Amino acid sequence: MTDFIFGHYVYWSIIALLIIGLYGMIFKNNLAKKLIGMTIFQVSIIMFYVASAVKWSATVPVLDPVTGVVDAAKYISPLQHCLMLTAIVVGVATSGVAFSLAIVIYRHYKTLDESVLMERMKSS
Amino acid sequence: MLHNSPALVPLLLLSTAISIPVLAIKKAKVAYPLAMAASLLSVVISCYNVFRVWGNGPLTYHFGGWFPPIGIEYVLDPLSSFIAVVVNVVAFFVLWHSSGIQGREIPGKSVPYYALTLLFLCGANGIIVTGDLFNLYVFLEIFSLSMYGLIGIGEKQAPVAAFRYLIMGTIGASFYLLGLGFLYIVTGSLNMADVRNILPLVYGNPAVAAALSFMVIGMGIKMAIFPLHGWLPDAYTYAPSTSSALIAPIGTKVAAYVIIRVLFFVFGVKFVSQSLPITDLIAWLAAIGILYGSVLAMAQKELKRMLAYSSIAQIGYIGLGIGLANPLGYIGAVLHILNHAFMKGTLFLVAANLRKRFGHSDISRFDASYRKKLPWSMAAFTLAALSMIGLPPTAGFFSKWYLALGAIDKGNWVFLAVILISSLLNAVYFFRILEKVYLAPPPAPAAGENLSPDGEKRKGSLIGEEEYSLMMPVVILSFSLLLIGLWNANIVKEVIQRIIPLGM
Amino acid sequence: MTSPEIYSSTIPLYAVLVSLIAAPLIMLSSRHAILREFWTLAASIIKFSLVFMLLPGALAGRIAAFTFWEISPGISLALKADQFGVFFALIASGLWILTSIYSIGYVRGLKERKQTRYFASFAVCLSATIGVAFAANLLTFVFFYEILTIATYPLVIHKETKIAISAGRKYLVYTLTAGALLIAATAWTYRIAGTLDFRAGGLFGDASFSPAAITALFLLFIGGVGVKAAVMPLHSWLPAAMVAPTPVSALLHAVAVVKSGVFGVVRVVGFVFGPALMHQFGLNIFLATVAGVTIILASLLAFQQDNLKQRLAYSTVGHLSYIVLGAALLSPASLTGGLLHIANHATMKITLFFCAGAIYVRHHKEKISELDGIGRVMPWTMGAFTVGAVGLAGIPPISGFVSKWQLGLGSLQAGEALPLAILVLSGLLNAGYFAPIIYRAFLKTPPVPYEHGEASYAMVIPLLITALLSLLLGLNPDLFFHFYRLAAAVSGSILGGIVP
Repeated sequence: MTDFIFGHYVYWSIIALLIIGLYGMIFKNNLAKKLIGMTIFQVSIIMFYVASAVKWSATVPVLDPVTGVVDAAKYISPLQHCLMLTAIVVGVATSGVAFSLAIVIYRHYKTLDESVLMERMKSS
Repeated sequence: MLHNSPALVPLLLLSTAISIPVLAIKKAKVAYPLAMAASLLSVVISCYNVFRVWGNGPLTYHFGGWFPPIGIEYVLDPLSSFIAVVVNVVAFFVLWHSSGIQGREIPGKSVPYYALTLLFLCGANGIIVTGDLFNLYVFLEIFSLSMYGLIGIGEKQAPVAAFRYLIMGTIGASFYLLGLGFLYIVTGSLNMADVRNILPLVYGNPAVAAALSFMVIGMGIKMAIFPLHGWLPDAYTYAPSTSSALIAPIGTKVAAYVIIRVLFFVFGVKFVSQSLPITDLIAWLAAIGILYGSVLAMAQKELKRMLAYSSIAQIGYIGLGIGLANPLGYIGAVLHILNHAFMKGTLFLVAANLRKRFGHSDISRFDASYRKKLPWSMAAFTLAALSMIGLPPTAGFFSKWYLALGAIDKGNWVFLAVILISSLLNAVYFFRILEKVYLAPPPAPAAGENLSPDGEKRKGSLIGEEEYSLMMPVVILSFSLLLIGLWNANIVKEVIQRIIPLGM
Repeated sequence: MTSPEIYSSTIPLYAVLVSLIAAPLIMLSSRHAILREFWTLAASIIKFSLVFMLLPGALAGRIAAFTFWEISPGISLALKADQFGVFFALIASGLWILTSIYSIGYVRGLKERKQTRYFASFAVCLSATIGVAFAANLLTFVFFYEILTIATYPLVIHKETKIAISAGRKYLVYTLTAGALLIAATAWTYRIAGTLDFRAGGLFGDASFSPAAITALFLLFIGGVGVKAAVMPLHSWLPAAMVAPTPVSALLHAVAVVKSGVFGVVRVVGFVFGPALMHQFGLNIFLATVAGVTIILASLLAFQQDNLKQRLAYSTVGHLSYIVLGAALLSPASLTGGLLHIANHATMKITLFFCAGAIYVRHHKEKISELDGIGRVMPWTMGAFTVGAVGLAGIPPISGFVSKWQLGLGSLQAGEALPLAILVLSGLLNAGYFAPIIYRAFLKTPPVPYEHGEASYAMVIPLLITALLSLLLGLNPDLFFHFYRLAAAVSGSILGGIVP
């Protein structure tokens, strides 16, 4: 049991991050804080992929003349990292769009607070 | 040239989308013809692809010459080629229509609008043709990001709606990614066909169930299946009409396609309907969503918002068809993707015409003069409304017909009742409008009141409506509802039945 | 009997399409009243001729059929002019000619607005009605049935008053709900039987059912077709729909729409379920009970109506159930009588509606209490009215007697006395609610002298023709159209070898 808990500590922390991020996105009132939550949320998923690629006693996936090509298990799978490079780019793009939307909202309504925003939207 | 046709459409749209801002730097006017050309070309290519798939069977294209499961593969099978045609054709008509409307709705923003639209279509086409689960995620994000943009350029409230959708959409996409992570951990592959072959060996692994749930919830948000629909009404209402006409028919349908693809072609029918009864869950939620959407649509006072709620109900039909997990339900769902795209396209375009002509789309202010001023648009609206209600010979009847058959096959009378009741509810909220448009006497014109700035003195042309580009797409789209209805058996037999998922 | 020979022919197709093609022509000639009326008349005459061409074949057991294409895998959109279809199509298209002439007089006399929409919708309705008559399978039937629903709506709300609009709503609620039930029933039938083609004697073949399932299916069907057939308690849209202009009430609410409903009932009873299943599960008793109750209640309700058209509407509700009763009894004579009543009631009731319309156009009177002495200024009109009323009460020599006689005979054949009693009672009630009208019209003196006489020729001649037809069909039911032979052939084909 303790092994299960401590052995998977990386995943527990990822889950914790995930929940923190989700909480921020959904329950925070301030749009900027929502976006912070979103970033945390995305990072936790990136961590999840990277953690899944972890392999002890293996090396970076660059052809090593000593190890050779015979024993592929000696290399870390590069795929997850590549995928996450893409995911990071996507995340940056999403944040970019989100922040620009937030800026536009602020220009229109002079607030980033969602409850105030609601009132101003109704009155306009 | 021919062997890479699966990849052609997304790449064409992507390159045009990127080149539009560059080429239109000096002359904003080039944006529209460029976008139209790209869209027309993609319609032609995707139609051509359908016929090739029809004749020769599925087409595949391997990026960079890397064969799957290592490389990224694009696959055109009857299903994906069919959905691609639906998306591209509807998009073409909306783009055609946009030339007359964007000047009013999004003045001075035509270049970003067209660039975003093409990017959006590139994402949609990419999602449809890709055979790689991660590639799908990338296209999904291209698709979503451009959709946030398309919504955000609307009226004052639009950025708020777009922001909310962005939050929800990101949760959805991230859930998909998370699920994919689990799937990759257990199967070690990202290629759909490959994953499908490996999965039966590891069905028992709880990670597979987790992967499925996350992916379905994620795409469920994008598809706006009840109760994950919260973002939809505001987004559709506040987006510029021309964007809502693009997003409503295409946006949620693509997500529905992904769910069909993932459930039936990656995880397998047996697994999703028996080992883990997720299809039952989808069907019940969809049934609730149908009633919920229809009832709320009845309560709306604004046309676009009403159509948005009606979309939630219509998406429920697709969800119900998926959830039935039998061949007839599947036929109903796929056919309804086509039908609903055409119906909602028509309806939103008419809403756009109303806004352009009268400056509002507030149902309580409709009266018989609207029909006199926009006779063809209103005729198209009527036809689309009849199709939404599901009266023969329009297309809408047949999606209901297959879904009803599917519900009976499944032996579930509740679903059958839901399908029939909802068509009555549809009748209520559409006839409410039709009654006004055809029967309500117009109020006596008050002095100095002129709703449309350049209103009354326009020259009436022969066809009754002066702007050709606003009228023709609407008329053609709605008229094709009749054609689809009458010849739906050909579509069903030649396209949809060719790729009934294994095990149904 | 020998099985009928089926041959491919485009005549049924043209018979359906003629008025559908006329509709856009009518709309295009919206500025020219004469042209518009010309299209209507031309379409109606061509339509009737086409249907009439099918009559000899149908009598000889040669059935014209036309198949469009598949509209759902395994189910085609198909027309088949079998005897029953030809029978109904003859009535509907024949009376359309008269109604068209009458309509022209009516709308001109009242200077109605939106005549284009009126004539165009009318044409579409007739297409749908012929489609219903010739539908070879249930899905085609549903197809045209729903088109009929929608095409009638503009006619119901034609006056665009508040009452008309709310009547239109009521009409839509009833008929669209019915349509939904019918679709469900059709889909279910398809899943059970694997086919939807109408077959005399039932299409289920050897399929097995639980009693609960077949009762539910039957109820769905009756809910679907019973609304248009105005079977109680599904009838209340019909009196409400009387706000429509009188020619609409005449043709659609005495012939096309409501008869599509009873036509549907007979199709369901005879061609979907068949006598064997009906008897086996006691469905005929249920249907006969509903019909019997409707006949009596509707006749009683008719007494209370002072509005002439309302009284006629309730009378229609009652008479439609004669036909349903005939179908439910499932004996040779009762089926023949029921079918004959489709034709006979149509000619008689259309006469009465025509008269009501003529009175309204000329004197703007709608209430029975205002009709004192009107027979003196409109002798022809009220004479025709008397013929129709006497016929509906079942008094010889008008055609109503023939069908009622057959129905009575049929109930004895079925070994039931109660239906006979209902028929007799209803005949008395009919006489009871028509007699005061005739009495007032001819024997009372008008409080103020009427300013006008008869309505225009375009209105009087059609109603005289229909009255004459009612009389002639009473003297010889096989005259001109061989209604009797057709009806007997249909009932023979439904009952086949089964002796109830």
